[in-house]
Amino acid sequence: MAKIIGGLTSSHIPAVGNAIENNLQQEPYWKRFFDGYEPAKEWLKKAAPDVVIVVYNDHGLNFFLDKVPTFALGCADIYENADEGWGLKPQAPFPGDAELSWHIAESLVEQEFDICTCQEMLVDHGFVNPLRALYGTLKEWPVKTIPLAVNVVQHPVPTAARCLKLGRALGKAIESYPEDTRVVIFGTGGMSHQLQGERAGLIDVDFDIECMDKIATEPEWFTQFSNSEIMRRTGTEGIETIMWLVMRGALQDDAKLIHKHYHAPISNTGAGVMVLENQY
Amino acid sequence: MVWTKHDYEDIPGTYVFDGKTAHESYNINKMLFTFNKEECRDEFEADPVAYCDKYGVTGDFKECVVQKDFLRMLRLGCNIYYMAKMAIPRGTSVQDAGAAFQGITTKEFQAKLQERADGLIEKLESAGGYWNG
Repeated sequence: MAKIIGGLTSSHIPAVGNAIENNLQQEPYWKRFFDGYEPAKEWLKKAAPDVVIVVYNDHGLNFFLDKVPTFALGCADIYENADEGWGLKPQAPFPGDAELSWHIAESLVEQEFDICTCQEMLVDHGFVNPLRALYGTLKEWPVKTIPLAVNVVQHPVPTAARCLKLGRALGKAIESYPEDTRVVIFGTGGMSHQLQGERAGLIDVDFDIECMDKIATEPEWFTQFSNSEIMRRTGTEGIETIMWLVMRGALQDDAKLIHKHYHAPISNTGAGVMVLENQY
Repeated sequence: MVWTKHDYEDIPGTYVFDGKTAHESYNINKMLFTFNKEECRDEFEADPVAYCDKYGVTGDFKECVVQKDFLRMLRLGCNIYYMAKMAIPRGTSVQDAGAAFQGITTKEFQAKLQERADGLIEKLESAGGYWNG
């Protein structure tokens, strides 16, 4: 049977891709941020997943505003990265696992999550940068991937509560897959930030720290907030942190905290790396 | 006919990209979306006015595109991520836009970001359990 080894969180901002591309990881501005990934990288190596499910949002590469699925699952054998218009170099294609994807899609729909299935899906920096931060820049990726895109760009976006429930359904879906497959789930994006408006540049370190602690130990805490409350406190783009709940929901309630790192500011954001491990 | 009111509308200095905004700025965002492709960027570059006409970008929207007035584009309802596809290659970063919104320089904007993280290490130490806290 498939098994969820654990989950981790990562920022996915474009600046991370640029920093990796230009080899800036040891520069004073970036060092503390990238150092925080080292224990996560070590854990990931030991976890040795066959498949990584990346929960992220598309920023206008695969989806345009003509059709905006709230939740969309990649169901293909391969996912291409592509030009996003601002100079990030497209990365090598990511192998998929169509059989597992379709199993997840079937199970989710059975559990009343009527997900959008995608047989072609371009993956953007939201998907690519966490993988690059954790695996490096590779010509061939050592792991299969499944993109799970959440709309956090055009409101209405799903609630934190809904994301947590999706995660729980995702967990059941994965664990009912008959083949022995080791799965790790990435929850990406966040944390507090706002890119536009006179309030641009908002970062709320206190809220981010509380968020990290609660998402690890008591994720229901986050579901008390409406999306308006989350945006008011953490910025319009801070809403991305709800995607972490999809990862968290798929894990055991008592998943063990392995690693927790927070840094701010990085580009316009607060950035959290957290590793949680299921207990078997 | 009326647009539904939302409790996020009174968040100061904040423009939530919702159905109303997306509806009003559909054509311009559609044009900006094409800038994922190099051939479209080149076609725009050769004749911005004709490119706007092709995508039905008119009036104030057209004016600010032709003038490359990114701040005004955002105020009119362009999505920040779509706007970035036009602005970043022209040397205007998202931080530059954020600074312009407040009428400050990008350096000042970056200093404000830094200030937001004042006392970070102490806060992590007091929360406990953070690596390198």
